[in-house]
Amino acid sequence: MAEKKSVIVRVRRQAGPNERPHWEEFELASRPHMNVIICLRDIAERPITRDGKATSPITYDSNCLEEVCGSCAMVINGKARMACSALVDSLTQPIRIEPMTKFPVVRDLSVDRGVMFENLKRMRAWVPIDGTHNLGEGPRMSPDTQAKAYPLSRCITCGMCLEVCPQVNDNNQFIGAAIISQVRLFNLHPTGAMHARERLEAVMGPGGVADCANAQNCVQICPKQIPLTESIAEVNRQSIKQALLGWLFG
Amino acid sequence: MREPKIIVVGGGLAGLMAVIRVAEAGVPVDLFSIVPVKRSHSVCAQGGINAAKNTKGEGDSTAQHFDDSIYGGDFLANQPPVKAMCEAAPGIIDLLDRMGVMFNRTPEGLLDYRRFGGTLYHRTAFAGATTGQQLLYALDEQVRRFEAEGKVRKYEGWTFLSAVLDGTGVSQGICAMDLKTMEVRTFPADAAIFCTGGVGAIFGRSTNSVVCTGSAQSALLQQGVDYANGEFIQVHPTAIPGEDKLRLMSESARGEGGRVWVPQRPGDNRPPLQIPVDERFYFLEEWYPKYGNLVPRDIATRAIHKVVFEMKLGVGGDAAVYLDLTHIPREVLDRKLEGILEIYEKFLGVDPRVEPMMVFPGMHYTMGGIWVDNEHQATNVPGIYAAGECEYQYHGANRLGANSLVSCIWGGMVAGPASVKYAQGLSKGCESVDVSVFDRERRRQEQINQALLRQDGAENPITIWKEMGSWMTEHVTVVRHNQDLERTDAKLQELLERYKKINLSDRTQWSNQTLNFARELYNMLILARVITLGALARNESRGAHYKPEFPERDDPNWLKTTRASWKNGQIRLGYEAVDTSLVPPRPRRYDVAS
Ligand SMILES: Cc1cc2nc3c(=O)[nH]c(=O)nc-3n(C[C@H](O)[C@H](O)[C@H](O)COP(=O)(O)OP(=O)(O)OC[C@H]3O[C@@H](n4cnc5c(N)ncnc54)[C@H](O)[C@@H]3O)c2cc1C
Ligand code: FES
Repeated sequence: MAEKKSVIVRVRRQAGPNERPHWEEFELASRPHMNVIICLRDIAERPITRDGKATSPITYDSNCLEEVCGSCAMVINGKARMACSALVDSLTQPIRIEPMTKFPVVRDLSVDRGVMFENLKRMRAWVPIDGTHNLGEGPRMSPDTQAKAYPLSRCITCGMCLEVCPQVNDNNQFIGAAIISQVRLFNLHPTGAMHARERLEAVMGPGGVADCANAQNCVQICPKQIPLTESIAEVNRQSIKQALLGWLFG
Repeated sequence: MREPKIIVVGGGLAGLMAVIRVAEAGVPVDLFSIVPVKRSHSVCAQGGINAAKNTKGEGDSTAQHFDDSIYGGDFLANQPPVKAMCEAAPGIIDLLDRMGVMFNRTPEGLLDYRRFGGTLYHRTAFAGATTGQQLLYALDEQVRRFEAEGKVRKYEGWTFLSAVLDGTGVSQGICAMDLKTMEVRTFPADAAIFCTGGVGAIFGRSTNSVVCTGSAQSALLQQGVDYANGEFIQVHPTAIPGEDKLRLMSESARGEGGRVWVPQRPGDNRPPLQIPVDERFYFLEEWYPKYGNLVPRDIATRAIHKVVFEMKLGVGGDAAVYLDLTHIPREVLDRKLEGILEIYEKFLGVDPRVEPMMVFPGMHYTMGGIWVDNEHQATNVPGIYAAGECEYQYHGANRLGANSLVSCIWGGMVAGPASVKYAQGLSKGCESVDVSVFDRERRRQEQINQALLRQDGAENPITIWKEMGSWMTEHVTVVRHNQDLERTDAKLQELLERYKKINLSDRTQWSNQTLNFARELYNMLILARVITLGALARNESRGAHYKPEFPERDDPNWLKTTRASWKNGQIRLGYEAVDTSLVPPRPRRYDVAS
């Protein structure tokens, strides 16, 4: 008889934001093409630890299951990853699964990344339009500009670039690479560019682009391969120019 | 004049567009969503959005778009709203373009268009192969702008439980649950617009996102909001099978020249590229020379079923066919399809630029949905509106690729102002309703939670869900037999019985996802019955609904909309005529020129 293979998973659990974390270990039946989400579902179907204790299903965030919604970022075997694309076959066991550390834990693996959406607001990350009524076509754009902007617009706000950034810590409000890259995106758009100044002023404020210490971890971890360090350099350059102009003509 | 109050439930494309239109009218709006709206299922849309801009000199027109959509939907859609949508589509693209969507461009700096299924024109605007993501973000950004201005208030991480209906059956607000604190609360509103997406989770595994359960639609049905054409479920021909999800390989892969084939010889186990071209069976191209690989989805899906199950030609004897892009230059693939190629590469570890992909049909889209009227996206319950995939209006018996994004946005554009107009026309608004109406609904919902938390049976909600999903997938998708449909309905009733004995394994009152899932599961089981019973009753074949026992479309008996309603705790099916006032129904044949 063929030996049934199993997957060993260790999950760091935490009942609520102020509760003490603890670890639980599970043994699951191995199947082809398993990912970490399937592991978590298996546990929900049979919430019993490896040593036979009944427990509760694990709370975690997920939605698209194809790495495009940004929900499921967690720390897997010590590395920030999207759980839905973390294939069990490529992970050493026992697989250790923990919540990200730079955001408040809600419960178990679920964290609150609301700060990122707030920062998008602060950076005025949008193209202001006059209204939804019919005003004809948008501005023309060269394929080159589109090719430069499109990768930036694929940011899924997963927060992994914040997770790996040494500048994001208890003593610092650094907004992180994802948000700075959005400033670059909107400054690239012909209409967005008309309002670049507002965005640059915001990004020069506390926690802004000047707080980047150039560790470059962000660009390596980004699941969408967004050229984040390039974005930071570009926004930095724009800010300096803006500051100089403000100083000269302000 | 009193200030009206609007609620939007759901922040995908439809919901966000509705919010924008309400906020633009100067009316305060609360937006509820299970997930942060930027993580809504609309991000999954890959291929593009249709609008007859005729930028390629092909003579395309909105009239042609309209005809393709009606014909593609096998004449089941009411025609005037579809016509309005097709006419609005070019303006919608302009608007999205103005909002900064990074659509692909031509050398002249104009938007590029690609081909999609069910049409012979280049009509689909696209942003790489992540169009839905780009569109959702554009609308999300506009909503964030209104939020920053204090015009929109978001309740993200809240789930809708039920509508609050007054003694006369008019909606006065909603009852929702905070998924963190598990608090149940009511929110008064003059009108509520539902934009809660599709029902993929009812089929267990689908191309949909996790929160696409149809739970809200089902809850509304159980409160008297009718549900139409539930039996029309689109199975997409090309998805990558997976245990947790069927990941889509967009029609755009074929729009850009991808070809579907199987080896001619059963059990030919050579690696695909070692099989010479003349030993391959390009069955879509052979059977449908005019449309080739771009026949509509129901046609392509049935063809794959035939090749795999009747002709036993599935790759390696398995349920799989090849979707082959290897003849297309790498540079073109990267520029136009990178997003989906990445998915294949990441989840299967194979580069589809050098090796044909293995795909199989998967549950994809919900044509049926909440019944709405022809002009206002209004349901049969005053004060309740619906837009997007959760309603039934635009796609008839089969949706054409890239028509959904446009229908969602259009639905939101209509529902927003319609709800505002309704609210402004009320002499007395939700503020005049007695608090006891709200208290009663809140208590009713709290009691459901408490009962579930107390329950101590041996059934697991995930297990019941998986059983429902596999029955629904096996018997209520591509090929339907009445006997199987009857058995499926019996099974669903058995599952509803077993549901009474579920055990949540989690009795806490903090971020208890199992409690929420259990509530959704009940609603899914009810809606699964609506889908199954609708399919059982409809003794014909039309669009995605195919019964070998009744292989032909039967207009004299079945050119009608199924309208399910809830009477005394039971599902009742009724029927109403389809508005075919603009294009007379004609036979739908893609194998010959039409
Ligand atoms: C993989 C894939 C690819 C696709 N590609 C294309 C394409 O190329 N072109 C095209 O036209 N169409 C495409 N579609 C279809 C299209 O993406 C969807 O039909 C469309 O995005 C649905 O949008 P929506 O606004 O109706 O709902 P969704 O985007 O599904 O949003 C639903 C919203 O409702 C919320 N919600 C749900 N239930 C509740 C509740 N109970 N309480 C509170 N909130 C709730 C959710 O949180 C979410 O915000 C694709 C679909 C899939 C699955
Ligand atoms: S679930 Fe959407 S990114 Fe993983």
